Amino acid sequence: MSMKVGSRNIDGVTIVDCSGRITLGEGSVILRDTVRELLSKGNKKIVLNLADVNYIDSSGIGELVSAFTTTKNQGGELKLLNLTKKVNDLLQITKLYTVFDVKDDEASAVKSFK
Amino acid sequence: MAMTEQRVSYTLDSSLETIDRAEEKATRIATELGFAEDEIMQISMAVREGAVNAVLHGNAYAPDKKVTLAFEQTGQDLVITIRDQGAGMDISKIPNPLAPENLLKTSGRGIFLMRSFMDVVEIRPSQTGTELKLIKHVHGQAAGGKEASQ
Repeated sequence: MSMKVGSRNIDGVTIVDCSGRITLGEGSVILRDTVRELLSKGNKKIVLNLADVNYIDSSGIGELVSAFTTTKNQGGELKLLNLTKKVNDLLQITKLYTVFDVKDDEASAVKSFK
Repeated sequence: MAMTEQRVSYTLDSSLETIDRAEEKATRIATELGFAEDEIMQISMAVREGAVNAVLHGNAYAPDKKVTLAFEQTGQDLVITIRDQGAGMDISKIPNPLAPENLLKTSGRGIFLMRSFMDVVEIRPSQTGTELKLIKHVHGQAAGGKEASQ
């Protein structure tokens, strides 16, 4: 299953609902294009909802890092929401769990933006 | 495809499709050998990362270069070999992805993930390509019927 994204806005925060696989190729490109488009439109408070992402490879991890740093460099914030166990484990072993702001409930994720 | 009783091998193009196919084959073979669900995920992800290295960093998508992928069951091990025909990588130059200065790098985690998921990872670079060997020991109810350990 390739990756699909849909976005919605809650109180000025853009929630990007991702599903499928974030892997080298299409999945990584879709994520990159989505985040860049949001930033270009001035949407700098971004939450990636990964509840339905069942697989991420090293390229996908790199793409999450790239999305995080690109958003930060443009004065925005990007947070992760609803990690599956697999994705959570991957972020733990790569020590990226300490880098990302990870939330497990949407309302608190939205409220956490300044 | 060449196949013996305990060994199966494939010769694949240097393409993105090869990476997905390698992962699919790893998943199928690990499942058939009876590995646990989390081990199957680890094996398939390690093979995917190995295939990514072979296709991208080894063969650099060159259409005249092939990737060979072999699965072999030896005793209580699943041995997976991935070879490319690239210039050979200098493994001493691979940075530690867990070092604070490397945490925000967007690449360089593939070999680390393979080492995290497999029991043995051997990388043999040469001028005619790199050979990667991934070994997963049978721990649980997998092929060979050893006593479950988890």
